Amino acid sequence: MSSIASVGTHNVDHHGEHGHHHESFWTKYVFSQDHKMIAKQFLITGIVMAVFAMILSILFRMQLAWPDKEFPILEVFLGKWAEGGRINPEFFLALVTIHGTIMVFFVLTAGLSGTFANLLIPYQLGARDMASPFMNMLSYWFFLGACVVMISSFFIESGPASAGWTIYPPLSAIPKAIPGSGLGMTLWLASMVMFIISQVLGGTNYISTVLNLRTKGMDLWKMPLTVWALFLTAIVGLLSFPVLVSAVVLLIFDRSFGTSFYLSDLVVQGQILPNEGGSPILFQHLFWFLGHPEVYIVLMPALGLTSEVISTNSRKPIFGYHAMVYSLIGITVLSFIVWGHHMFVTGMNPFLGGVFMITTLIIAVPSAVKSFNYLATLWRGNIRFTPAMLFAIGMVSFFISGGLTGLYVGNSALDINLHDTYFVVAHFHLVMGSASIFGMLCGVYHWYPKMFGRMMNEKLGYLHFWLTFVGAYFVFFPMHFMGIDGVPRRYYAFTEFPFMEKWVSVNIFITWSAIIAGLGQIAFIWNFFASMRFGKVATQNPWGANTLEWTTPVKHIHGNWPGEIPTVYRWPYDYSKPGHHEDFIPQTVPFSETMSSNLPHDFEGNVEAERIQREWELANAAAQPEKERE
Amino acid sequence: MGFIKSSKLKTVWILAFVVGIALVGRAFAQETDTTATQTVDTATAVADTATAADTAGDVAPVSPDTVTAAVPAAKADKPAAAAAEDAGPNIDPQVYKNFFYGLLLVFLICVLVGVIGKIIQVYELTRRMNGKDTTYYLYNFNAVLFLVALVLGLYGVYWSYVHHGGQSFRAAVTEHGQQIDTMFIITTIICTIVLVVMHIGLFSFAYIYRARPTRKAYFYPHNNTIEKIWTITPAIVLTILVLFGFFTWRGITNVPEEDQKNALHIEVVGEQFTWTVRYPGRDGQLGERNYRLTTPLNGLGMDFNDKKNWDDQLGSEIVLPVNKPVRVQIGSKDILHSFYMPDFRVQMNAVPGMKTYFQFTPTVTTEEMRDRLGDYKYDFVMLCAKICGGGHYNMQKKVRIVTEEEYQAWLNEQPYFFTEDLRKEFKMSQATQTADEPAQERLLANVHE
Repeated sequence: MSSIASVGTHNVDHHGEHGHHHESFWTKYVFSQDHKMIAKQFLITGIVMAVFAMILSILFRMQLAWPDKEFPILEVFLGKWAEGGRINPEFFLALVTIHGTIMVFFVLTAGLSGTFANLLIPYQLGARDMASPFMNMLSYWFFLGACVVMISSFFIESGPASAGWTIYPPLSAIPKAIPGSGLGMTLWLASMVMFIISQVLGGTNYISTVLNLRTKGMDLWKMPLTVWALFLTAIVGLLSFPVLVSAVVLLIFDRSFGTSFYLSDLVVQGQILPNEGGSPILFQHLFWFLGHPEVYIVLMPALGLTSEVISTNSRKPIFGYHAMVYSLIGITVLSFIVWGHHMFVTGMNPFLGGVFMITTLIIAVPSAVKSFNYLATLWRGNIRFTPAMLFAIGMVSFFISGGLTGLYVGNSALDINLHDTYFVVAHFHLVMGSASIFGMLCGVYHWYPKMFGRMMNEKLGYLHFWLTFVGAYFVFFPMHFMGIDGVPRRYYAFTEFPFMEKWVSVNIFITWSAIIAGLGQIAFIWNFFASMRFGKVATQNPWGANTLEWTTPVKHIHGNWPGEIPTVYRWPYDYSKPGHHEDFIPQTVPFSETMSSNLPHDFEGNVEAERIQREWELANAAAQPEKERE
Repeated sequence: MGFIKSSKLKTVWILAFVVGIALVGRAFAQETDTTATQTVDTATAVADTATAADTAGDVAPVSPDTVTAAVPAAKADKPAAAAAEDAGPNIDPQVYKNFFYGLLLVFLICVLVGVIGKIIQVYELTRRMNGKDTTYYLYNFNAVLFLVALVLGLYGVYWSYVHHGGQSFRAAVTEHGQQIDTMFIITTIICTIVLVVMHIGLFSFAYIYRARPTRKAYFYPHNNTIEKIWTITPAIVLTILVLFGFFTWRGITNVPEEDQKNALHIEVVGEQFTWTVRYPGRDGQLGERNYRLTTPLNGLGMDFNDKKNWDDQLGSEIVLPVNKPVRVQIGSKDILHSFYMPDFRVQMNAVPGMKTYFQFTPTVTTEEMRDRLGDYKYDFVMLCAKICGGGHYNMQKKVRIVTEEEYQAWLNEQPYFFTEDLRKEFKMSQATQTADEPAQERLLANVHE
């Protein structure tokens, strides 16, 4: 455990000299094929990227709040991009672009499902490791490569990509239109191709592990919701990410080899370009064919993690396990046929827009079911407010309040006025940004003992939660109103329009909230890294949870379980079962050991087991008055 | 705390510090280097001292004294570097001080949090010694905070609706916009109810069912009836919203052929970072454009073989007669833009290589709107809503809605696109072409090459 604190830095800049370490260092910490270590690598890289992207967001928030003020210190760090202490408009767009790209892809896709799929799929299914550990390692290294290439674009002359995270051509295809579309965009595209390779390698692995390596007794309907969510996420990713590759490759052709897939009829700054016959709308279709499922790639793992955490800490089974799974499946399927709702006013055939609106609003039904089920799980629970639980509740809150505004932007008629305004920014930052990052943080707090064998400081966790929770609402809630007023997103300053002047004071409020919430993350970073070394040593099952990962020893061993892999007998949510002396029954406990609490439907129609149970109940009728009442 | 005691960690800190110092040093060194070379370059390249001062002033913000020092120094390298050395740190040292004060402040807050943490630890220790519990009081604390968050949050939502909602929502000034507004309000009512009810549920459950040592949770894995109810209810509500939305949307976008013909046709073309507005002239029809014909004089690439172009007028702003349907043809010369008029509930992207349309009928004149808002400087605006580069935030055009007479009067003052110079250019190109074949065909052939 001693050198893990420094592993984080090794992972990020792996060119340091570490020759003096003992021999196994490289295989143990760097080129590890062990799913637990890869999960930690993903997590720490994800955290580093998140901090980086958060700093970018603070920078552009400062510009929005104080458009006329000079911050000479910025010039020290940013040089010509902040000449005279004011961020220039093109660099502002670069900040927005890279913030979005890093947060969506590197933090909430790789950092979230990369970490928890790697950690939990083998653990919760009772597997020794992933189906293909080598591919798993490659997946991380491609991801790290993608991160390095993306960040390196800050160190080139023309600056990073700045066409928005959606990189719509022709803006992203023509360096003349914006400097960021030069080498910066090439790096963006290269980084994204590496990232997708990483996702495909990872996704294949997750799916094959879930399908093939479940332990004895672990049928699909006994899998925890986390694994269901991660499994379905991997399927969505595997089907949609390759489409982004095609979009990216065609864009590379347009940029570098003079093709015209996306370009037509262009006169850029007086120069007539030869491209003819392409369509920018084609790119948008390809992009959003990934882009929308991507939203669910980001969200579904968060839903899975919180389901598990809410159930464990409410000491209650998750309400409607089957409904939860079916709604995840529903979201998975529907997520592929709603992409057009990003394109209502882009010139796509309006009839198609109408169709996409119908599919979009249908997807709200499974989402609504999920949030009702969360509430029903909390109802009459015995709720332990661990930091993980707080973040899970926060996640449900964001999921509700951000999901509801989806009814506005998903409605093509209302979207006319809200498209590309701050309303959209508010909507997706709540439902996809905040909800997912809360899901991720909830997961980190909950599974930290499993990852590092120590507990995090819960008081710092509380501080972190309340600062972040309140901060996120303060930042994003007022943005809805700016959007209703018609303030478009990605505006460098609100100074050029009289009707936007009233929002400057709101912007100052938002920026201060963002800064304070951002500083609140220090509580997390400190807690995370310091607890690796100084946290209380964890017990084997600190939360009293049912799933398999808590049956492994605290100290990590290769292959997870020292002896045989445990067999699974029951579903993972037997919390507070009446008749049992404890308020949880792990999945590995056979029904023969819990005769006093078995219920008829536990046996799934096994006549022999039901007979044995009946006989036992008759024999023990006198001793079980409590059971009778049920 | 044990953090400081650990010698290993100490080494790490010291190493990090050293690396940090080294990096900072290098950054400064680079900065001075570049300034030095810049100064030397400018000094050698430009003979005239005055121009040198100007350029140098542009390239790097150095004081005029340094530049005059640099110019004579162009002969010898050493003094130039020295002069540049002076010019290098052009940032007020106070800036660094403020920055480090800021860092110090953050650090102090962190220390303060640490101290409070210690106090809580001591408090817990005394509780434990007195035989009181040390977990449930924290649960209670958070449960109460959830209750507080619920109350304050609901009030905050109310305050925001009244305060921010009041200043953001202005009734639409078009026919279809009023339908959109109705739908917007219905959706808002539904969403607000759901938001409030769900949050009351979420946070009050969190408070009421907080863990207590004596309680056991209620084992309640599922209830098919309830689940069916809360699947079907949202489905019904959503169906209503979908149908309402779908027909509104079709009504806006699917305009009958005849209405299209009766509308006033104008064209708006975006480019980085301006809009060009084209009125159809007397014939009421917009002429064809071909981007290959773009010249400095003919910015839109209008094809003057198409006689419809001859009377097209350049609008200085978007002026529209009230209560008359307008069909805007939207185009772009370079990259994607978005034609967005918030008050009109109108938005459509400008796509290069593809015409897009939006038809609407303004119902309120600018004067009436000013009266309505009590703001006598209020103007409708059209702005760009699709990221398009450095000037994206200021790509606008004023929109005025006026009476029919005012509109005609204004229109008469607008210039034609087909100016004298363009006429000459057009005639010359025709003259050269008529040598072997009819101009029109030749031009068309060019177009389709």
